[in-house]
Amino acid sequence: MPLLAIDNVSVSYGKAEAVRDVSLQVEKGQIVTVIGPNGAGKTSLLMAAIGLLRSTGRIIYDGRDISRLETEERIEMGFCLVPERRELFSDLSVYDNLRLGAYSRRAASGEIKDDIAQVFDRFPRLLERRNQMAGTLSGGERQMLALGRALMARPRLLMLDEPSLGLAPLITREIFRIIASLRDLGVSILLVEQNARAALETADFGYVMETGEIVHSGSADALMHDPRLIATYMGGSEVS
Amino acid sequence: MTPDIAAILALDGIATGAIYVLMALGFVLIFAVTRVVFVPFGDIAAFTALTLAALELGRLPGTVGLVIGLAVLATLMELYSILRAGSYERIPRALLFYLVLPVAIAGLVWITSGTLWPMPFRIALALLLILPVAPLLDRIVYRPIADASVLLLLTVSVALHFALVGLGLLFFGPDGARTESLTDAMFMLGNIPISGQTILIVVAAAIFCGLLYLFFDFTLLGKALHATALNRTGARLMGIRPERSGTIAYLAGSVLAGVSGILIAPVNTIFYDSGFLLGLKAFVGAIIGGLISFPVTAIGSIFVGLLESFASFQSSAFKEVIVFSVLIPVLLWRSYTFQHTEEDMDE
Repeated sequence: MPLLAIDNVSVSYGKAEAVRDVSLQVEKGQIVTVIGPNGAGKTSLLMAAIGLLRSTGRIIYDGRDISRLETEERIEMGFCLVPERRELFSDLSVYDNLRLGAYSRRAASGEIKDDIAQVFDRFPRLLERRNQMAGTLSGGERQMLALGRALMARPRLLMLDEPSLGLAPLITREIFRIIASLRDLGVSILLVEQNARAALETADFGYVMETGEIVHSGSADALMHDPRLIATYMGGSEVS
Repeated sequence: MTPDIAAILALDGIATGAIYVLMALGFVLIFAVTRVVFVPFGDIAAFTALTLAALELGRLPGTVGLVIGLAVLATLMELYSILRAGSYERIPRALLFYLVLPVAIAGLVWITSGTLWPMPFRIALALLLILPVAPLLDRIVYRPIADASVLLLLTVSVALHFALVGLGLLFFGPDGARTESLTDAMFMLGNIPISGQTILIVVAAAIFCGLLYLFFDFTLLGKALHATALNRTGARLMGIRPERSGTIAYLAGSVLAGVSGILIAPVNTIFYDSGFLLGLKAFVGAIIGGLISFPVTAIGSIFVGLLESFASFQSSAFKEVIVFSVLIPVLLWRSYTFQHTEEDMDE
Protein backbone atom coordinates (compact mmCIF):
# COMPACT_ATOMS: atom_id res chain seq x y z
CA MET A 1 0.00 0.00 0.00
CA PRO A 2 1.49 3.35 -0.98
CA LEU A 3 1.87 6.02 1.72
CA LEU A 4 0.28 8.60 -0.56
CA ALA A 5 -2.00 7.96 -3.49
CA ILE A 6 -3.30 10.91 -5.46
CA ASP A 7 -6.23 9.62 -7.42
CA ASN A 8 -7.70 11.50 -10.42
CA VAL A 9 -7.18 14.89 -8.81
CA SER A 10 -8.18 18.05 -10.70
CA VAL A 11 -7.76 21.66 -9.62
CA SER A 12 -9.49 24.58 -11.29
CA TYR A 13 -9.20 28.32 -10.94
CA GLY A 14 -12.58 29.40 -12.19
CA LYS A 15 -12.81 27.93 -15.69
CA ALA A 16 -9.09 27.39 -16.09
CA GLU A 17 -8.00 23.88 -15.15
CA ALA A 18 -4.54 23.91 -13.59
CA VAL A 19 -4.42 20.20 -12.81
CA ARG A 20 -6.37 17.63 -14.82
CA ASP A 21 -7.00 14.05 -13.63
CA VAL A 22 -3.60 13.55 -12.10
CA SER A 23 -2.83 10.28 -10.36
CA LEU A 24 0.45 9.46 -8.67
CA GLN A 25 1.81 7.44 -5.79
CA VAL A 26 4.54 7.66 -3.20
CA GLU A 27 5.67 4.41 -1.58
CA LYS A 28 6.99 4.35 1.99
CA GLY A 29 10.66 5.36 2.14
CA GLN A 30 10.70 6.59 -1.44
CA ILE A 31 11.71 9.93 -2.91
CA VAL A 32 9.34 10.67 -5.77
CA THR A 33 9.77 13.70 -7.97
CA VAL A 34 7.42 15.61 -10.22
CA ILE A 35 9.31 17.59 -12.84
CA GLY A 36 8.02 19.86 -15.53
CA PRO A 37 8.11 23.42 -16.78
CA ASN A 38 6.87 26.53 -15.02
CA GLY A 39 3.06 26.66 -15.04
CA ALA A 40 2.59 22.91 -15.48
CA GLY A 41 0.42 22.79 -12.35
CA LYS A 42 2.98 21.21 -10.01
CA THR A 43 2.50 23.74 -7.21
CA SER A 44 -1.30 23.55 -7.54
CA LEU A 45 -1.05 19.78 -7.20
CA LEU A 46 0.87 20.05 -3.91
CA MET A 47 -1.44 22.76 -2.58
CA ALA A 48 -4.42 20.52 -3.33
CA ALA A 49 -2.73 17.53 -1.69
CA ILE A 50 -2.26 19.49 1.56
CA GLY A 51 -5.76 20.98 1.37
CA LEU A 52 -4.92 24.63 0.77
CA LEU A 53 -6.61 24.45 -2.64
CA ARG A 54 -9.97 22.88 -3.41
CA SER A 55 -9.78 19.87 -5.67
CA THR A 56 -11.82 17.01 -7.00
CA GLY A 57 -10.70 13.39 -6.91
CA ARG A 58 -9.33 11.50 -3.93
CA ILE A 59 -6.22 11.89 -1.82
CA ILE A 60 -5.40 8.72 0.11
CA TYR A 61 -2.78 9.03 2.83
CA ASP A 62 -1.74 5.99 4.82
CA GLY A 63 -4.82 4.12 3.61
CA ARG A 64 -7.25 6.84 4.64
CA ASP A 65 -9.15 9.22 2.36
CA ILE A 66 -8.11 12.66 3.58
CA SER A 67 -9.75 14.66 0.78
CA ARG A 68 -12.27 16.24 3.15
CA LEU A 69 -9.93 16.89 6.05
CA GLU A 70 -8.70 20.36 6.93
CA THR A 71 -5.07 21.23 6.17
CA GLU A 72 -4.33 21.31 9.90
CA GLU A 73 -5.64 17.76 10.34
CA ARG A 74 -3.42 16.54 7.51
CA ILE A 75 -0.43 18.19 9.20
CA GLU A 76 -1.29 16.43 12.46
CA MET A 77 -1.10 13.11 10.57
CA GLY A 78 2.54 13.77 9.69
CA PHE A 79 1.86 14.96 6.16
CA CYS A 80 3.74 18.23 5.61
CA LEU A 81 4.57 20.74 2.89
CA VAL A 82 7.52 23.09 2.48
CA PRO A 83 5.97 25.56 0.05
CA GLU A 84 7.72 27.34 -2.77
CA ARG A 85 7.55 30.67 -0.92
CA ARG A 86 8.87 29.02 2.29
CA GLU A 87 6.25 30.97 4.33
CA LEU A 88 8.59 31.53 7.27
CA PHE A 89 7.62 33.72 10.23
CA SER A 90 9.88 36.62 9.32
CA ASP A 91 9.56 38.55 12.60
CA LEU A 92 10.20 35.54 14.80
CA SER A 93 13.63 34.13 15.61
CA VAL A 94 15.07 31.04 13.93
CA TYR A 95 14.58 29.20 17.22
CA ASP A 96 10.90 30.23 17.49
CA ASN A 97 10.27 29.20 13.88
CA LEU A 98 11.62 25.75 14.69
CA ARG A 99 9.65 25.60 17.94
CA LEU A 100 6.42 26.36 16.05
CA GLY A 101 7.30 23.65 13.55
CA ALA A 102 6.46 21.16 16.30
CA TYR A 103 3.15 22.88 17.13
CA SER A 104 1.04 20.09 15.66
CA ARG A 105 2.73 17.44 17.83
CA ARG A 106 1.80 18.70 21.31
CA ALA A 107 4.95 16.98 22.57
CA ALA A 108 6.77 17.52 25.86
CA SER A 109 9.18 20.45 25.79
CA GLY A 110 12.17 18.23 26.55
CA GLU A 111 11.48 16.11 23.49
CA ILE A 112 11.12 19.22 21.36
CA LYS A 113 14.40 20.64 22.63
CA ASP A 114 16.12 17.41 21.59
CA ASP A 115 14.59 17.67 18.13
CA ILE A 116 15.69 21.28 17.77
CA ALA A 117 19.21 20.19 18.73
CA GLN A 118 19.05 17.55 15.98
CA VAL A 119 17.97 20.15 13.42
CA PHE A 120 20.92 22.30 14.52
CA ASP A 121 23.21 19.26 14.03
CA ARG A 122 21.90 18.87 10.53
CA PHE A 123 22.05 22.59 9.75
CA PRO A 124 24.92 24.09 11.78
CA ARG A 125 24.33 27.43 10.05
CA LEU A 126 20.96 27.71 11.77
CA LEU A 127 22.60 27.24 15.16
CA GLU A 128 24.79 30.27 14.48
CA ARG A 129 21.69 32.26 13.61
CA ARG A 130 19.37 30.85 16.25
CA ASN A 131 18.40 34.23 17.76
CA GLN A 132 18.27 36.08 14.45
CA MET A 133 14.91 37.01 12.90
CA ALA A 134 13.98 34.64 10.06
CA GLY A 135 13.43 37.64 7.77
CA THR A 136 17.14 38.53 7.93
CA LEU A 137 18.41 35.17 6.62
CA SER A 138 19.95 34.58 3.21
CA GLY A 139 18.13 32.51 0.57
CA GLY A 140 19.97 29.29 1.37
CA GLU A 141 19.52 29.75 5.11
CA ARG A 142 15.82 30.41 4.61
CA GLN A 143 15.46 27.13 2.73
CA MET A 144 17.38 25.32 5.48
CA LEU A 145 15.09 26.86 8.09
CA ALA A 146 12.00 25.90 6.08
CA LEU A 147 13.28 22.31 5.87
CA GLY A 148 14.27 22.24 9.52
CA ARG A 149 10.93 23.68 10.58
CA ALA A 150 9.09 21.02 8.58
CA LEU A 151 11.24 18.28 10.15
CA MET A 152 10.18 19.50 13.60
CA ALA A 153 6.71 18.11 12.85
CA ARG A 154 8.35 14.65 12.50
CA PRO A 155 6.70 14.18 9.11
CA ARG A 156 6.20 10.77 7.58
CA LEU A 157 5.64 12.33 4.18
CA LEU A 158 7.25 15.61 3.27
CA MET A 159 6.35 17.51 0.10
CA LEU A 160 8.96 19.96 -1.12
CA ASP A 161 8.05 22.61 -3.66
CA GLU A 162 11.04 23.87 -5.66
CA PRO A 163 13.58 23.61 -2.82
CA SER A 164 16.38 24.81 -5.14
CA LEU A 165 14.51 27.88 -6.39
CA GLY A 166 16.70 30.97 -6.35
CA LEU A 167 19.65 29.24 -4.73
CA ALA A 168 23.28 29.27 -5.87
CA PRO A 169 24.47 25.96 -7.43
CA LEU A 170 26.70 25.12 -4.48
CA ILE A 171 23.82 25.56 -2.02
CA THR A 172 21.46 23.64 -4.31
CA ARG A 173 23.83 20.67 -4.15
CA GLU A 174 23.92 20.95 -0.36
CA ILE A 175 20.11 21.06 -0.15
CA PHE A 176 19.75 17.98 -2.36
CA ARG A 177 22.35 16.14 -0.28
CA ILE A 178 20.22 16.88 2.79
CA ILE A 179 17.03 15.79 1.03
CA ALA A 180 18.65 12.48 0.12
CA SER A 181 19.73 12.02 3.74
CA LEU A 182 16.14 12.47 4.98
CA ARG A 183 15.28 9.13 3.43
CA ASP A 184 17.52 7.52 6.05
CA LEU A 185 15.34 9.13 8.73
CA GLY A 186 12.40 7.21 7.29
CA VAL A 187 10.79 10.29 5.74
CA SER A 188 9.15 9.71 2.37
CA ILE A 189 9.41 12.66 0.01
CA LEU A 190 7.41 14.10 -2.84
CA LEU A 191 9.69 16.57 -4.56
CA VAL A 192 8.55 19.10 -7.14
CA GLU A 193 11.36 20.64 -9.16
CA GLN A 194 12.22 22.53 -12.32
CA ASN A 195 15.82 21.49 -11.87
CA ALA A 196 15.07 18.11 -13.46
CA ARG A 197 18.57 16.68 -13.41
CA ALA A 198 19.21 17.33 -9.72
CA ALA A 199 15.75 16.04 -8.84
CA LEU A 200 16.09 12.80 -10.82
CA GLU A 201 19.57 12.18 -9.41
CA THR A 202 18.08 12.26 -5.91
CA ALA A 203 14.77 10.51 -6.56
CA ASP A 204 13.72 6.87 -6.94
CA PHE A 205 10.76 7.49 -9.18
CA GLY A 206 9.66 10.40 -11.34
CA TYR A 207 6.63 11.88 -13.04
CA VAL A 208 6.72 14.51 -15.78
CA MET A 209 3.93 17.06 -15.74
CA GLU A 210 2.98 19.35 -18.63
CA THR A 211 0.00 21.72 -18.82
CA GLY A 212 -1.79 20.11 -15.90
CA GLU A 213 -1.32 16.47 -16.88
CA ILE A 214 1.14 13.68 -16.21
CA VAL A 215 2.77 12.91 -19.57
CA HIS A 216 5.53 10.48 -18.54
CA SER A 217 6.46 8.45 -15.54
CA GLY A 218 9.08 5.89 -14.69
CA SER A 219 12.03 5.11 -12.48
CA ALA A 220 14.27 8.12 -12.01
CA ASP A 221 17.07 6.28 -13.77
CA ALA A 222 14.97 5.55 -16.85
CA LEU A 223 13.68 9.11 -17.05
CA MET A 224 17.17 10.50 -16.75
CA HIS A 225 18.23 8.59 -19.85
CA ASP A 226 15.04 9.17 -21.82
CA PRO A 227 16.15 11.08 -24.93
CA ARG A 228 12.87 13.03 -25.18
CA LEU A 229 13.29 14.35 -21.65
CA ILE A 230 16.96 15.09 -22.02
CA ALA A 231 16.25 17.40 -24.92
CA THR A 232 13.42 19.22 -23.14
CA TYR A 233 14.37 19.35 -19.50
CA MET A 234 18.04 18.67 -19.09
CA GLY A 235 19.51 21.09 -21.57
CA GLY A 236 20.78 18.99 -24.46
CA SER A 237 23.14 16.04 -24.56
CA GLU A 238 23.22 13.29 -22.01
CA VAL A 239 26.02 13.36 -19.49
CA SER A 240 27.23 9.87 -18.74
CA MET B 1 -2.59 77.52 33.97
CA THR B 2 -0.65 77.00 37.18
CA PRO B 3 1.75 74.10 37.61
CA ASP B 4 -0.69 72.54 40.06
CA ILE B 5 -3.51 72.58 37.56
CA ALA B 6 -1.20 71.24 34.89
CA ALA B 7 -0.23 68.37 37.17
CA ILE B 8 -3.86 67.55 37.94
CA LEU B 9 -4.71 67.65 34.23
CA ALA B 10 -1.73 65.46 33.46
CA LEU B 11 -2.79 62.89 36.05
CA ASP B 12 -6.31 62.93 34.70
CA GLY B 13 -4.98 62.57 31.17
CA ILE B 14 -2.77 59.66 32.11
CA ALA B 15 -5.72 57.88 33.73
CA THR B 16 -7.94 58.40 30.67
CA GLY B 17 -5.00 57.48 28.45
CA ALA B 18 -4.45 54.27 30.39
CA ILE B 19 -8.01 53.21 29.60
CA TYR B 20 -7.37 54.00 25.94
CA VAL B 21 -4.18 51.91 26.18
CA LEU B 22 -6.20 48.86 27.19
CA MET B 23 -8.66 49.36 24.36
CA ALA B 24 -6.02 50.22 21.78
CA LEU B 25 -4.03 47.10 22.65
CA GLY B 26 -7.20 45.14 22.00
CA PHE B 27 -7.54 46.81 18.59
CA VAL B 28 -3.96 45.94 17.68
CA LEU B 29 -4.24 42.39 18.99
CA ILE B 30 -7.40 41.61 17.03
CA PHE B 31 -6.23 43.38 13.89
CA ALA B 32 -2.83 41.68 13.87
CA VAL B 33 -4.29 38.19 14.13
CA THR B 34 -7.48 38.55 12.07
CA ARG B 35 -6.95 41.71 9.91
CA VAL B 36 -10.28 42.97 11.29
CA VAL B 37 -10.47 46.54 12.59
CA PHE B 38 -12.91 45.63 15.34
CA VAL B 39 -14.94 48.85 15.46
CA PRO B 40 -17.46 47.43 18.01
CA PHE B 41 -14.66 47.23 20.58
CA GLY B 42 -15.90 50.37 22.33
CA ASP B 43 -19.45 49.03 22.36
CA ILE B 44 -18.25 45.95 24.20
CA ALA B 45 -16.56 48.16 26.80
CA ALA B 46 -19.78 50.17 27.19
CA PHE B 47 -21.88 47.00 27.47
CA THR B 48 -19.59 45.77 30.26
CA ALA B 49 -20.11 49.02 32.15
CA LEU B 50 -23.89 48.77 31.72
CA THR B 51 -23.80 45.11 32.77
CA LEU B 52 -21.96 46.00 35.95
CA ALA B 53 -24.39 48.85 36.62
CA ALA B 54 -27.36 46.50 36.28
CA LEU B 55 -25.78 43.94 38.60
CA GLU B 56 -25.22 46.71 41.16
CA LEU B 57 -28.92 47.47 41.15
CA GLY B 58 -29.77 43.77 41.44
CA ARG B 59 -31.31 43.78 37.95
CA LEU B 60 -30.91 41.26 35.17
CA PRO B 61 -28.42 42.80 32.71
CA GLY B 62 -29.51 42.96 29.07
CA THR B 63 -26.26 41.23 28.15
CA VAL B 64 -27.81 37.90 29.20
CA GLY B 65 -30.32 38.06 26.35
CA LEU B 66 -27.66 39.30 23.95
CA VAL B 67 -25.27 36.44 24.76
CA ILE B 68 -27.98 33.78 24.49
CA GLY B 69 -29.20 35.20 21.16
CA LEU B 70 -25.69 35.35 19.73
CA ALA B 71 -24.88 31.84 21.00
CA VAL B 72 -27.94 30.35 19.32
CA LEU B 73 -27.18 32.12 16.04
CA ALA B 74 -23.50 31.13 16.09
CA THR B 75 -24.38 27.52 16.88
CA LEU B 76 -26.82 27.31 13.99
CA MET B 77 -24.22 28.73 11.61
CA GLU B 78 -21.51 26.38 12.87
CA LEU B 79 -23.81 23.36 12.61
CA TYR B 80 -24.76 24.35 9.07
CA SER B 81 -21.15 24.53 7.94
CA ILE B 82 -20.29 21.26 9.74
CA LEU B 83 -23.19 19.46 8.06
CA ARG B 84 -22.19 20.85 4.69
CA ALA B 85 -18.61 19.67 5.12
CA GLY B 86 -19.84 16.30 6.40
CA SER B 87 -17.40 16.31 9.35
CA TYR B 88 -19.88 15.23 12.01
CA GLU B 89 -17.21 14.44 14.59
CA ARG B 90 -16.83 18.20 15.13
CA ILE B 91 -20.42 18.60 16.38
CA PRO B 92 -19.86 17.95 20.14
CA ARG B 93 -17.00 20.41 20.31
CA ALA B 94 -19.00 23.04 18.42
CA LEU B 95 -21.98 22.61 20.74
CA LEU B 96 -19.75 22.93 23.79
CA PHE B 97 -17.99 26.12 22.71
CA TYR B 98 -20.75 27.92 20.85
CA LEU B 99 -23.79 26.93 22.88
CA VAL B 100 -23.14 25.25 26.24
CA LEU B 101 -20.42 27.52 27.62
CA PRO B 102 -21.96 30.90 26.67
CA VAL B 103 -25.44 29.84 27.77
CA ALA B 104 -24.02 28.43 31.03
CA ILE B 105 -22.41 31.79 31.77
CA ALA B 106 -25.61 33.64 30.91
CA GLY B 107 -27.56 31.19 33.09
CA LEU B 108 -25.19 31.72 36.00
CA VAL B 109 -25.70 35.48 35.80
CA TRP B 110 -29.45 34.99 35.44
CA ILE B 111 -29.67 32.84 38.58
CA THR B 112 -27.45 35.09 40.67
CA SER B 113 -28.76 38.44 39.45
CA GLY B 114 -31.48 38.84 42.13
CA THR B 115 -28.90 38.89 44.90
CA LEU B 116 -26.61 41.79 45.74
CA TRP B 117 -23.13 40.30 45.73
CA PRO B 118 -19.95 42.05 46.92
CA MET B 119 -18.26 44.21 44.31
CA PRO B 120 -15.39 41.88 43.25
CA PHE B 121 -17.90 39.12 42.52
CA ARG B 122 -20.09 41.49 40.49
CA ILE B 123 -17.09 42.61 38.47
CA ALA B 124 -16.08 39.01 37.82
CA LEU B 125 -19.63 38.19 36.68
CA ALA B 126 -19.76 41.19 34.34
CA LEU B 127 -16.40 40.26 32.80
CA LEU B 128 -17.39 36.63 32.44
CA LEU B 129 -20.64 37.56 30.75
CA ILE B 130 -19.02 39.92 28.23
CA LEU B 131 -16.29 37.37 27.37
CA PRO B 132 -18.28 35.36 24.76
CA VAL B 133 -19.68 38.37 22.88
CA ALA B 134 -16.71 39.14 20.63
CA PRO B 135 -15.84 35.50 19.79
CA LEU B 136 -19.49 34.83 18.93
CA LEU B 137 -19.63 37.93 16.74
CA ASP B 138 -16.47 36.67 15.09
CA ARG B 139 -18.14 33.35 14.28
CA ILE B 140 -21.34 34.96 13.03
CA VAL B 141 -20.02 37.95 11.12
CA TYR B 142 -16.34 37.68 10.27
CA ARG B 143 -15.57 34.02 9.76
CA PRO B 144 -17.74 33.58 6.67
CA ILE B 145 -15.75 36.40 5.04
CA ALA B 146 -12.34 35.67 6.57
CA ASP B 147 -10.54 35.89 3.23
CA ALA B 148 -12.05 39.23 2.26
CA SER B 149 -10.00 42.41 1.90
CA VAL B 150 -9.19 44.57 4.92
CA LEU B 151 -11.43 47.29 3.48
CA LEU B 152 -14.44 44.97 3.25
CA LEU B 153 -13.81 43.69 6.77
CA LEU B 154 -13.67 47.30 8.00
CA THR B 155 -16.94 48.16 6.26
CA VAL B 156 -18.60 45.15 7.84
CA SER B 157 -17.16 46.22 11.22
CA VAL B 158 -18.78 49.64 10.92
CA ALA B 159 -22.10 48.02 10.03
CA LEU B 160 -21.74 45.63 12.96
CA HIS B 161 -21.13 48.58 15.27
CA PHE B 162 -24.39 50.22 14.24
CA ALA B 163 -26.22 46.93 14.64
CA LEU B 164 -24.78 46.59 18.14
CA VAL B 165 -25.81 50.12 19.09
CA GLY B 166 -29.35 49.18 18.08
CA LEU B 167 -29.16 45.98 20.09
CA GLY B 168 -27.71 48.00 22.99
CA LEU B 169 -30.78 50.23 23.00
CA LEU B 170 -33.01 47.16 22.85
CA PHE B 171 -31.26 45.28 25.65
CA PHE B 172 -30.11 48.08 27.97
CA GLY B 173 -32.61 50.87 27.30
CA PRO B 174 -31.84 54.57 26.80
CA ASP B 175 -30.78 55.37 30.38
CA GLY B 176 -27.17 56.08 31.24
CA ALA B 177 -25.49 54.47 34.20
CA ARG B 178 -22.55 55.16 36.44
CA THR B 179 -21.29 52.51 38.81
CA GLU B 180 -20.02 52.85 42.37
CA SER B 181 -16.42 53.94 42.54
CA LEU B 182 -14.03 51.06 42.92
CA THR B 183 -12.19 52.75 45.75
CA ASP B 184 -12.60 55.96 47.72
CA ALA B 185 -8.97 56.15 48.71
CA MET B 186 -7.23 59.49 48.21
CA PHE B 187 -3.53 60.22 48.28
CA MET B 188 -1.62 63.48 48.33
CA LEU B 189 1.49 63.94 46.28
CA GLY B 190 2.78 67.28 47.63
CA ASN B 191 -0.39 69.30 47.29
CA ILE B 192 -1.76 67.36 44.35
CA PRO B 193 -4.55 64.95 45.15
CA ILE B 194 -4.43 61.55 43.47
CA SER B 195 -7.52 59.38 43.67
CA GLY B 196 -7.24 55.68 44.30
CA GLN B 197 -9.33 55.23 41.16
CA THR B 198 -6.60 56.89 39.05
CA ILE B 199 -3.95 54.65 40.56
CA LEU B 200 -6.12 51.60 40.01
CA ILE B 201 -6.62 52.46 36.33
CA VAL B 202 -2.92 52.99 35.70
CA VAL B 203 -1.95 49.84 37.60
CA ALA B 204 -4.54 47.77 35.71
CA ALA B 205 -3.26 49.07 32.38
CA ALA B 206 0.32 48.30 33.37
CA ILE B 207 -0.61 44.79 34.52
CA PHE B 208 -2.40 43.97 31.28
CA CYS B 209 0.43 45.36 29.15
CA GLY B 210 2.78 43.14 31.12
CA LEU B 211 0.55 40.11 30.70
CA LEU B 212 0.30 40.66 26.94
CA TYR B 213 4.07 40.96 26.71
CA LEU B 214 4.59 37.75 28.70
CA PHE B 215 1.94 35.96 26.66
CA PHE B 216 3.46 36.84 23.29
CA ASP B 217 7.10 36.41 24.24
CA PHE B 218 7.03 33.39 26.50
CA THR B 219 4.14 31.08 25.65
CA LEU B 220 3.76 28.74 22.70
CA LEU B 221 0.17 29.87 22.21
CA GLY B 222 1.30 33.51 22.12
CA LYS B 223 3.89 32.65 19.51
CA ALA B 224 1.30 30.73 17.51
CA LEU B 225 -0.89 33.86 17.53
CA HIS B 226 2.07 35.99 16.48
CA ALA B 227 2.82 33.47 13.72
CA THR B 228 -0.78 33.66 12.50
CA ALA B 229 -0.47 37.44 12.36
CA LEU B 230 2.79 37.22 10.39
CA ASN B 231 1.86 34.53 7.90
CA ARG B 232 -1.48 32.72 7.79
CA THR B 233 -0.44 30.13 5.22
CA GLY B 234 2.75 29.42 7.10
CA ALA B 235 0.77 29.04 10.32
CA ARG B 236 -1.72 26.63 8.75
CA LEU B 237 1.18 24.52 7.45
CA MET B 238 2.36 24.20 11.07
CA GLY B 239 -1.09 22.98 12.09
CA ILE B 240 -2.02 26.33 13.70
CA ARG B 241 -5.69 27.02 12.95
CA PRO B 242 -6.14 30.72 12.09
CA GLU B 243 -9.80 30.57 13.21
CA ARG B 244 -8.72 29.35 16.62
CA SER B 245 -6.02 32.02 16.86
CA GLY B 246 -8.75 34.51 15.96
CA THR B 247 -11.03 33.23 18.72
CA ILE B 248 -8.23 33.56 21.26
CA ALA B 249 -7.49 37.09 20.04
CA TYR B 250 -11.17 38.00 20.39
CA LEU B 251 -11.28 36.46 23.88
CA ALA B 252 -8.19 38.40 24.97
CA GLY B 253 -9.66 41.51 23.33
CA SER B 254 -12.91 40.97 25.26
CA VAL B 255 -10.98 40.89 28.52
CA LEU B 256 -9.29 44.17 27.60
CA ALA B 257 -12.58 45.76 26.53
CA GLY B 258 -14.31 44.47 29.66
CA VAL B 259 -11.62 45.73 32.01
CA SER B 260 -11.59 49.16 30.37
CA GLY B 261 -15.38 49.29 30.61
CA ILE B 262 -15.26 48.47 34.32
CA LEU B 263 -12.54 51.05 34.94
CA ILE B 264 -14.38 53.81 33.10
CA ALA B 265 -17.84 53.05 34.50
CA PRO B 266 -17.34 54.87 37.83
CA VAL B 267 -15.69 57.87 36.12
CA ASN B 268 -18.05 58.57 33.21
CA THR B 269 -21.75 58.04 32.78
CA ILE B 270 -22.08 55.36 30.11
CA PHE B 271 -24.98 55.04 27.71
CA TYR B 272 -25.74 52.23 25.27
CA ASP B 273 -24.07 54.26 22.50
CA SER B 274 -21.08 55.64 24.46
CA GLY B 275 -18.76 52.99 23.16
CA PHE B 276 -18.11 54.47 19.76
CA LEU B 277 -16.41 57.66 20.94
CA LEU B 278 -14.34 55.75 23.49
CA GLY B 279 -13.31 53.25 20.87
CA LEU B 280 -12.54 55.92 18.32
CA LYS B 281 -10.15 57.71 20.67
CA ALA B 282 -8.44 54.44 21.51
CA PHE B 283 -8.29 53.79 17.78
CA VAL B 284 -6.32 57.02 17.31
CA GLY B 285 -3.79 55.55 19.76
CA ALA B 286 -3.75 52.29 17.83
CA ILE B 287 -3.22 54.16 14.57
CA ILE B 288 -0.25 56.00 16.06
CA GLY B 289 1.17 52.51 16.63
CA GLY B 290 0.36 51.65 13.02
CA LEU B 291 -1.97 48.86 14.25
CA ILE B 292 1.19 46.80 14.64
CA SER B 293 3.39 47.98 17.47
CA PHE B 294 2.17 47.38 21.03
CA PRO B 295 4.64 49.78 22.75
CA VAL B 296 4.03 52.67 20.32
CA THR B 297 0.29 52.08 20.66
CA ALA B 298 0.56 52.42 24.43
CA ILE B 299 2.52 55.67 24.14
CA GLY B 300 0.10 56.98 21.52
CA SER B 301 -2.93 56.22 23.70
CA ILE B 302 -1.45 58.01 26.72
CA PHE B 303 -0.76 60.94 24.39
CA VAL B 304 -4.42 60.97 23.29
CA GLY B 305 -5.52 60.91 26.95
CA LEU B 306 -3.24 63.82 27.85
CA LEU B 307 -4.33 65.80 24.82
CA GLU B 308 -7.98 65.26 25.68
CA SER B 309 -7.43 66.31 29.27
CA PHE B 310 -5.62 69.56 28.40
CA ALA B 311 -7.97 70.29 25.52
CA SER B 312 -11.03 69.99 27.74
CA PHE B 313 -9.45 72.48 30.17
CA GLN B 314 -8.60 74.99 27.45
CA SER B 315 -11.89 74.83 25.57
CA SER B 316 -14.05 71.93 26.50
CA ALA B 317 -16.42 72.52 23.59
CA PHE B 318 -13.60 71.76 21.16
CA LYS B 319 -12.17 68.80 23.04
CA GLU B 320 -13.19 66.17 20.47
CA VAL B 321 -12.24 68.44 17.59
CA ILE B 322 -8.74 68.83 18.95
CA VAL B 323 -8.28 65.12 19.64
CA PHE B 324 -9.45 63.98 16.24
CA SER B 325 -7.60 66.76 14.39
CA VAL B 326 -4.42 65.11 15.62
CA LEU B 327 -5.39 62.05 13.61
CA ILE B 328 -4.79 63.89 10.33
CA PRO B 329 -1.05 64.59 10.71
CA VAL B 330 -0.61 61.14 12.27
CA LEU B 331 -2.27 59.47 9.29
CA LEU B 332 -0.12 61.51 6.89
CA TRP B 333 3.00 60.52 8.77
CA ARG B 334 1.89 56.89 8.93
CA SER B 335 1.05 56.61 5.25
CA TYR B 336 4.44 58.14 4.46
CA THR B 337 6.38 55.69 6.62
CA PHE B 338 4.20 52.74 5.65
CA GLN B 339 5.17 53.05 1.97
CA HIS B 340 8.77 52.83 3.03
CA THR B 341 8.34 49.59 4.94
CA GLU B 342 6.57 48.04 1.94
CA GLU B 343 9.49 48.93 -0.28
CA ASP B 344 11.84 47.40 2.24
CA MET B 345 9.86 44.18 2.18
CA ASP B 346 10.12 43.91 -1.59
CA GLU B 347 13.88 44.11 -1.54
